[in-house]
Formats: sequence, structure tokens, C-alpha cells
Amino acid sequence: MASHHPRPIFESRLDRRTLLRGLGGGAAALAAAPLLAACSGGPAPAAAGANATSLGSGLSDPVPRSAVQAMVDAFKAKSGATVKMNVMPRAQLVDNISSYLQSNPEDVITWYAGYKMRYYAAKGLLAPVDDVWEKIGGNFSEGITKASEGEDGHKYFVPNYNYPWGFYYRKSLWAERGYEVPATFDAFLSLCVQMKKDGLIPIAFADKDGWPAMGTFDYINMRTNGYQFHLDLCAHKESWDQQKVKDVFDNWKALLPYQDPAALGATWQEGARSMTGKKSGMYLIGAFIAQDVTDKEILADLDFFPFPAIAVEGTDAIEAPIDGFVLSKRAASNKTAKDMVAFFGTGAGQDAYAAKDSSNMQTAKDANTSSFSELNKKGAEAIAGAKFISQFFDRDALPAMANNVMIPALQGFIKDGTIDTRTIEAQATSLYAAE
Amino acid sequence: MSAIPQTTLPPAAAARDGVAAHTARPRRVRRLSGRDRLVLGLMVGVPTLIQAVLVWIPTLLSIALSFTRWNGLDLSGIRWAGLSNYSYAFKEYPPFWPAVAHNVIWLVFLALIATPIGLLLAVLLDQRIRGTRIYQSVFFTPVMLSLVMVGIIWQLVYARDEGLVNNLLGTAGTPGAVDWFGDSDVNLWAALVATTWRHAGYVMVLYLAGLKGVDPSLREAAALDGANGRQTFFQVVFPAMRPINIVIVVITIIEALRAFDIVYLINKGTNGLELLSVLVIQNLVGVGTVIGVGSALAVILLAISVGPIVYYLVRTFRRTD
Repeated sequence: MASHHPRPIFESRLDRRTLLRGLGGGAAALAAAPLLAACSGGPAPAAAGANATSLGSGLSDPVPRSAVQAMVDAFKAKSGATVKMNVMPRAQLVDNISSYLQSNPEDVITWYAGYKMRYYAAKGLLAPVDDVWEKIGGNFSEGITKASEGEDGHKYFVPNYNYPWGFYYRKSLWAERGYEVPATFDAFLSLCVQMKKDGLIPIAFADKDGWPAMGTFDYINMRTNGYQFHLDLCAHKESWDQQKVKDVFDNWKALLPYQDPAALGATWQEGARSMTGKKSGMYLIGAFIAQDVTDKEILADLDFFPFPAIAVEGTDAIEAPIDGFVLSKRAASNKTAKDMVAFFGTGAGQDAYAAKDSSNMQTAKDANTSSFSELNKKGAEAIAGAKFISQFFDRDALPAMANNVMIPALQGFIKDGTIDTRTIEAQATSLYAAE
Repeated sequence: MSAIPQTTLPPAAAARDGVAAHTARPRRVRRLSGRDRLVLGLMVGVPTLIQAVLVWIPTLLSIALSFTRWNGLDLSGIRWAGLSNYSYAFKEYPPFWPAVAHNVIWLVFLALIATPIGLLLAVLLDQRIRGTRIYQSVFFTPVMLSLVMVGIIWQLVYARDEGLVNNLLGTAGTPGAVDWFGDSDVNLWAALVATTWRHAGYVMVLYLAGLKGVDPSLREAAALDGANGRQTFFQVVFPAMRPINIVIVVITIIEALRAFDIVYLINKGTNGLELLSVLVIQNLVGVGTVIGVGSALAVILLAISVGPIVYYLVRTFRRTD
């Protein structure tokens, strides 16, 4: 794909503005308003070489916000640079990222690994950070290094922290009932049967918001067909209408009777409470579950095991979305911006973040892990041991595919166990063709 | 039609009319000073401009975009797509036809249940019962509440384990508890009840105004003619409120077409709560933006909405003429 715009960006931006000012109908006017705001909202670019840079952050909740601030403060103290911060609500950054990157973005931007990063890199909207990786490369595992690459093999992403997805359960409940961590899918299914017999809902499950079920889909897909197939399917290099995808849903069908039947009316927090309240035996969710568990005793009682092996690659792949930073296109020659992301890619930078927000795990190998909880340690080990790190369906696939196609399709599957892979393929063909 | 009275007029009268019309018009224009013309120009021009910029140009642009494929990144990336976005919506997009069906159900429900409830409330509250104003305010409150409040209120009513309904039914916390938001067989009806709660209050206020506008002598005349209360209402008062009735019909249709907020609050309009408006938003705004498809859906919704709007405008202007 072309890494340069066919036309000067400034000119095309003017065109966009005049067009967007008039964009379509009530709904599109709604869409255009934040776009226009994004055009005029950002601060002026810091002059290159003036030991100044800027950071656009979508981490606006109080805890992560203070954590990013701590990171930036640590960099300022170390380098004496000035850093302008622009903190915006996460949805504002994510929903308007295309217009933001094309208008007046900050030099460094909080972002996510996966297709979500590779797509904009391929469109030439991000600056490569290969020179930064020369300094920080030794800090990261193979899986994380791969997750930071664009389609052209250059690096476009500096990781900050990640959090694994896996089965969370209460140690005390499992000890009391004598359950054991299953290694294979068959063992897992017999555990589910046992839990059901014991009057538990074997697997807490919540999908009112549509996205949590993608975690289950991703894992069954990777365990059935492997990590590369997951990537290719997400990028629509593989067809949805094939036996391999049907196998995924067949395997899921074996699991469906053991997942909470009330999933479609519950949020992930409600699912978490079902598990922490010992109504359910376990819960496939991300490490962010810890944020919802306020009771220290219960938190200490939580444990984690990876999704059991099904057909291929054992448990080599782990779903562990990585959050980090990208450089906007125009920061390509800003040395301070690059120094800053290089600092963010070291243990010292990431520790400054983790000191304020402990629900995630630093990705750098030289980060200080002594303050990790038991649970975090286990999660970090699982990630370090993984050969492949997937980013969750909505980060690995076209966002419209995840949002408009997969949510209704998976909710329909959860409802009655039927899925029409032909329809999914037809939609995928149309949507990916528009990109 | 207009030719007939003219030919029956005496020729002189017709000529006089013609002359008067001819001379009166230019004289009236000439009376406008430059300043008047400026003021008039601004008064007509500014709203026209606003209308054009905010309504007409966007509408035309989204119609144009509905025939294209575009990733929203670069203008040079816009590609002609013919009718493929429309065939995507009609043939490939599974939520489309359920959304149409739900909009129809929504309309029928509002027309047959919510609106009559509003009328009934209005008639009851028009009877000079004690505390009628308090009742009016109570029933009108839902119309004024913010979306956030509406969401909280219905969450309290419908929640599976802690909700009011399931606790009244005594099923809360048991496996038999109805999942009002999550069960796609019932959640549309749950949402319709919530909508009725708002819509009825709105209709009630309009009808209250309408009832006050009915000439009391009509009722007296009906009473003198020996009509009972029921006959008086259905054969005299209700037909006399014809202008209000038309407004209500149009409002009901428009409310059914733009129904959005309550289902969006419940689960963002998925899993049995698909509506056309939700699909438009899903495809046009935020992470799931597919500009071509979203525009096509918006155009479809526009085409459906134009019918009642034109009907309403034609009626309104005919009346004022």
C-alpha cells in the first residue's frame, strides 16, 4: 500500500473541510461536528528541534490520566523537554482518529496495536519509529515486537502495557469443590459438566454490549485454526464462508450450554459479579476485571488460567491487547518526540505509569515487577511465555466489521446457536472493499 | 377551476380586477425603501442560507455519497459504487429487514396504543377534576426528562435481578426471571412501553390544548340535540379537533421513524432492538463508520420520512391559504 498521499496533505485537508462542513443529513452533520472540532482543536505543532513535543491522550479516566501524566513528568524531569498534553475522552479519540490524524494531531498519541495501528500506518498517517526500536528493541518479547510492526515491516508502535484475557476464577470455590485447571478442551468440557451438576453456571458470560463475546470467538478460533488464521481472517485474507470458520462455531456450540444463558442482558461487570459472587465457576474476560473487584479479599482470591488447547498450537497464542503510543506523521523528524516514546518504551517510563495504574502489566522486560500482585504475575508469565499475542477482534479487524457485522452475528449465535457464515462473508467483502 | 368564475364575471369586472392586480403589485414593491429591502433580504436570505448549509447541501451530499465507496480518509479515495450500497442494505445486511419490521411495529404500537392513551388522559384531565394540573405535570414529566434520567429509570424498572417488574412478579433472582432487556422476544415490547410512557404525555398536552380550543357551544348544541357524552365526543368534539388530529398523526409517524434514544440506551440497538435510525448512526458515526452504506441507509430513511412530511406541509399550507 502507498505510504504517501497522492496529494499534499494540506490541500486535501482544505477539501475535506469544505466537504465535511456540508456532510450528509442530520446524522452526518453529527459526525462532522466532532471532525471539525478536531480540525481546529489541537495545539500548534511544536517546532522541531526545540526540545518540545506534545502528547494526545485518550486516557481520560482519572487513574490512567494521572498515570500518563506521571510518565510525562518523568520524561520531563529526565530530559528537560517541554511536553504539551491534550487529554480527550477515549471515544472522541477512537471515533475520530482518521480526521484527527489528518488535521492537527499532537506528535505522540496514545493508541493500540493491531489492525487499528497497521491500517493508519499503511495510509501514511503515522511516522515509523524504527530508530526508536533500535534503542528499545531488547526490552520486548518476540510477540510484542511483532505486534508493533506495520504491514511494510517497519515499526510504528511503542508498547506501554497490556492485559491478558483468560479464565478468571475464585481459588476458594475451586479448592472447596476440588476443581482442577483443565489443560485440554475435553477436560474443560467435563469440568463444565461437573460445575453444572454442582448447581453453578459453569462460565459467566455477558454480551449486552456486543464486544465481550469476541474474546470467546478469538480464543476458540486461535485454538482451532491457529494465530495466523486469526490474523488473516481479521484482515479478510481468509474467507468467512469456509469449514475452518464453521469448525469454530461448532466448537463454541459445545460450550454454549455452559455459558450463562442470560448473557445478552448483562454487562461485563455483571458477569464479573456472577463469578466473584460464586454463582458462576469461571469467567473468560480481560485482566481489567480487577478494576471492578473492590473487595481486597476477593481480589486476592482470584486466579487465572489460559484458554485450554483445542486442536493446534497448544496454548501458544494469548489474547493480550497492547496499549501504547504512535507518532503522528508530522512528528517524523521531531527528536524530542522520539526520545519521549523511547523513554516510554523502557522499564523506567512504564514503571512511572504502573505506579499509578496497577491494573495493567508493563510490557518492557526491564520494568519493575516486584509490586505485581499474584494475579498480575501470573498474567505477565502467561504473556511472556506466549509465542503469539493477539489484540482482540475489534483491534485486529476492520472496526466496521467488528462493530456492524460481528456484534449482531455473535449475539444471534448466542441466542439460538445458529450462524450464517455466508452472510458474514458477503458483508465482509463489501466492507473491506470500501477501504 | 379558476377559469369558471372568471367567465361568469361581467367582462368589465374581470378587466377591473386584472388592472387592479396589475397596478397594485408594482406599487407595493416600489414602496419598499432600500433599507426595507435589505432587512427583507437578510430575513429571507439568512434562514435560507442556514437551511441550505445545514439541511439541503448535506442531504444532497449524503445522497451522492450513498452511491460511492469511501474510507473517509482522502477525497481522491472516493470511488463510484453504483447501487451496491443499497443492495448491501437490502440483501446482505442482516439487521436491515428486522429494523424495518421494528419501525413498523413501533408505528402501529404508537398509533393504536400510545396515542389513544394520550387522548384518553387528555379527555380525563379536561373534566375539571381536582388537582388536574398536578396530574398533567406528572404525565408530562417524562417528555421533559433528559436521556440519562430515562435510562436510569427504566434500568430500575426492568433490571433482571433488582428491577421493579421482576420483584413485583416475584421472579427476581430466580432462573425464571424475564430478562427484559436481553431476551430479544420481549425487549422490543419493553422498549415500546417505555416509549409509550413518553409519547402519551406528549400527545396528552397537545390534545389538552385542542380540547380547550373546541367551541363550548358545540357541546351545548350536542347536548340539546340529546347526544350522550360518548356521542358528543366522537361525533362532535373529536371531528372538531381535526387540525390537532392531523398534527398528532404526523407526530406519531415521525416519532416512529426517528425512534432512537430508548433502544440506544438499552443496548445500542442490537439483539432484537434494531431500528433504521440506529443502523444509520451505527454505520455513519464512530468506530463502525462505513460512509457509503451509512449514507445509503440515511437516504432510505429520508425517502420513507418524506411521505408524511410532504403530506403534513401540503395540509398546513392549504389551510393557511
